[in-house]
Amino acid sequence: MKIAELTALELGKKIRDKEVSVAEAVKACMEQIQCREEQVRAYVTIDEAGALKRAEKVQKQIDDKTLTNPLAGVPVAVKDNICTRGLRTTCSSKMLENFKPAYSAEAVKNLEKAGAVILGKTNMDEFAMGSTTETSAYGVTRNPRNPEHVPGGSSGGSCAAVAANECFYALGSDTGGSIRQPSSFCGVTGIKPTYGTVSRYGLIAYGSSLDQIGPIGKDVADCAAVLEAIASGDKKDSTSVARERYGFMEALKKDVKGMKIGIPGDYLSAGLDIEVKEAVLAAAAVLESQGAVVEQFDLSLVEYAIPAYYVIASAEASSNLSRFDGVKYGYRTEQYEGLHSMYKKSRSEGFGAEVKRRIMLGSFVLSSGYYDAYYLKALKTKALIKRAFDKAFEKYDLILGPTAPTTAPRLGESLRDPLKMYLGDIYTVSVNLAGLPAMNVPFGCDTKGLPIGVQLIGDCGSEDRIICGGYALEQGRRAQ
Amino acid sequence: MMSKQYEKVIGLEVHVELATKTKIFCGCSAEFGGEPNTHTCPVCSGMPGSLPVLNKQVVDYALAVGLATNCRIHQYCKFDRKNYFYPDNPQNYQISQLYLPICYEGGVEIETKAGKKTIGIHEIHMEEDAGKLIHDVWEDCSLVDYNRSGVPLLEIVSEPDMRSAEEVMAYLEKLRLIIQYLGASDCKLQEGSMRADVNLSIREAGVKELGTRTEMKNLNSFKAIARAIEGEYARQVELLEEGKKVTQETRRWDDNKESSYPMRSKEDAQDYRYFPDPDLVPIAINDQWIAEIKSRQPELRTEKLERYKKEFDIPDYDAKIITESKKLADIFEETTAICKKPKKVSNWLMVETLRLLKERGMEPEAIRFTPKHLASLIQLAEAGTVNSTVAKEVFEEMFDTNIDPEAYIEKKGLKTVHNEDTLRRVVEGVIAANPQSAADYRSGKEKAIGFLVGQTMKEMEGKANPVMVNQLLRELLKKI
Repeated sequence: MKIAELTALELGKKIRDKEVSVAEAVKACMEQIQCREEQVRAYVTIDEAGALKRAEKVQKQIDDKTLTNPLAGVPVAVKDNICTRGLRTTCSSKMLENFKPAYSAEAVKNLEKAGAVILGKTNMDEFAMGSTTETSAYGVTRNPRNPEHVPGGSSGGSCAAVAANECFYALGSDTGGSIRQPSSFCGVTGIKPTYGTVSRYGLIAYGSSLDQIGPIGKDVADCAAVLEAIASGDKKDSTSVARERYGFMEALKKDVKGMKIGIPGDYLSAGLDIEVKEAVLAAAAVLESQGAVVEQFDLSLVEYAIPAYYVIASAEASSNLSRFDGVKYGYRTEQYEGLHSMYKKSRSEGFGAEVKRRIMLGSFVLSSGYYDAYYLKALKTKALIKRAFDKAFEKYDLILGPTAPTTAPRLGESLRDPLKMYLGDIYTVSVNLAGLPAMNVPFGCDTKGLPIGVQLIGDCGSEDRIICGGYALEQGRRAQ
Repeated sequence: MMSKQYEKVIGLEVHVELATKTKIFCGCSAEFGGEPNTHTCPVCSGMPGSLPVLNKQVVDYALAVGLATNCRIHQYCKFDRKNYFYPDNPQNYQISQLYLPICYEGGVEIETKAGKKTIGIHEIHMEEDAGKLIHDVWEDCSLVDYNRSGVPLLEIVSEPDMRSAEEVMAYLEKLRLIIQYLGASDCKLQEGSMRADVNLSIREAGVKELGTRTEMKNLNSFKAIARAIEGEYARQVELLEEGKKVTQETRRWDDNKESSYPMRSKEDAQDYRYFPDPDLVPIAINDQWIAEIKSRQPELRTEKLERYKKEFDIPDYDAKIITESKKLADIFEETTAICKKPKKVSNWLMVETLRLLKERGMEPEAIRFTPKHLASLIQLAEAGTVNSTVAKEVFEEMFDTNIDPEAYIEKKGLKTVHNEDTLRRVVEGVIAANPQSAADYRSGKEKAIGFLVGQTMKEMEGKANPVMVNQLLRELLKKI
């Protein structure tokens, strides 16, 4: 087996067993990048020199046993909205074309403590706004399973890089499905953790109350190991929640016997691709066969999730993105007369169409006279959705459903109709609104050969159950 | 000629810089000064991905001020973002409180010639200060210094309860004393640690409805505030008398020209698009927290003044002046505790201390001598170790260079001479040297003795016991 095809944990073991060196692992990725990247374009920045230098240092620490983490020496790709000290972090925007952060995100620091080697930064929808990785200022990323199709988004670069073996695992961010949906389209595994599990310090904010960094991996075990490494209570993030223990790896050893799993009937109704629906039902059968009790229930409020999400996320984004003004860092227009012309031209030229659309939408819903009708109403909806989930989790240990209504659309199809594109987030956004953890688990392909993903949603703090359920699905599927 | 009688209606927005060591949302020093951009970090310079974390001390101070001004407390309070573009504000939003300010519905009692009156406090909220813009005319560019960015502020918003400049002064003085006593701020108008914006409208005497108000900014001293109030009152009266209307607008006061000009009117007032800051969690202030602040609350000026009147036999006027400065009051109490002579202590503070402060152009806060040394000097003077003239000299030295009076008197040989033989010899010499004065005295001119006492003191370099000198002179003049 080629090195690049190993999972992160398999590679970690081989590195510890001295079968593979860290430098060899980096080189294996670079070879794979050379072979696939021209078509896939998963990366915005590839830092081969930095990775090789870092590999040398990590190798020494592994050799003298100061680094024993299962991920020590394993190369990783990081989404380009997560700050990496001294390494260009663009958010796939012209606005931050030459921005090199003065500090690393807490999640990156945690990964580095675990011995990770960063290969580069992955492409995304500009400022994480989009569902296809087509709104990047640095070009479109293609789906490695079928280059005529999108990889999904906004963490499309990270998911494509994992799917194309251009890295062993990746970090993504998920505000309304940005880890799970591209994981589903690319046939990889991704977790959106409970809000507050991974520090947001150093994640360039889109919708602050919804954003979470999470792992994208080749299988469930890899994601569990990465999440274990990046999760931490962080005093620099007021919304971060410290936990006494995580136990994500132990969760792999548990089984689903006796677990109660609910499928929202409203997730299986109109709009859901029939092949995706069949995959969800097949996944339910796998869990049942392992002793879980699966039944359908009525989650309700599903149709309100998308409008509530777009109002809240855009409102926060309109404020979060106001710091990009040409004054301190990032893009500044060449010619201007006075302050306001500088602001206006820098922002008009520096941001792409989708970002501008959401800034305008967000500014509108926050403006006086509309605040109550849109923003406050959306917040109330958010609270109701959370309550609906709370009620469901009184009865069920896990919720099973589709990740996205369809498999990956063809390139260019989605941007023509943004409203339709927004509707594709129907099964993912409510999870962010409620702050819950959820995971995409690949579950077969449709007749076109495009990957299908199913989603497991847990109650706050119950990543262990999701990992347990996800692992059962993955193993069950492989046995079939 | 004014045909009608008009009444002023004034409300104040007072900003106070809190005396915390660090900024409100990061660990940077909040100290005044420093080279530009040296008290900065990713948070207070608005770097992408940085997050604010609330400094608890700010809440403590806000609670202390709120409780001391009889406010109610929002035990569940939040921070909101106030969105506006300006380069001194690195995020292009200010973190402030709109919807749930920490304190509300309070008031303080003021006293003017007209008697006592309560000025209502609408609310007190916490917010962050902005940086400073420096316009370089030579280079034709603007520079930004973020050292002040993120320094904690309290904004105290009064009700429109004041009717004259005198009431405004009394209210500001009251606030200043309360806040200084709490140690929450040094409240220096000139240095900008206390700033006041004046909202003023006028109405015909007897009319209930409020007139259109203007807001006056850039008031850097109590005198400027008084002048601005009179100036704005006259301007509004003139407008109404001419049959014109007052425009609701923000005006900037130019104290040199003693006139104001409009900054912005209501029509182009910005929509700040306030919304709850999703990066900060709501603050839950429980009863225990409030009780703790209450228990730590120092005695405030009003209570202290009452106690002085009861406890110490000093004139009311003295008590009033001394308690106007917490520093003077502290010195008074500590010195009195040591020497048990309140009247003497009060005299030293009221006469010599205030004189030297005025001469040296200093604030009481800058006093360096210790209560222990003042008590020691009082005891030495009372015991006759030094006479009052010498004591004043020693005090001045103490005031300027913080010497220990006892050691200083010893070193400089300033002790009063009580030895009768020594004094007798000197007095004899003085009588012999001034036969005319001696003759005058003997012929009944009582005044002549004064001259002879003065000559003796001169001879003794001021160190003679004046009572003894007097006695000896009378005795010897009779004899000779």
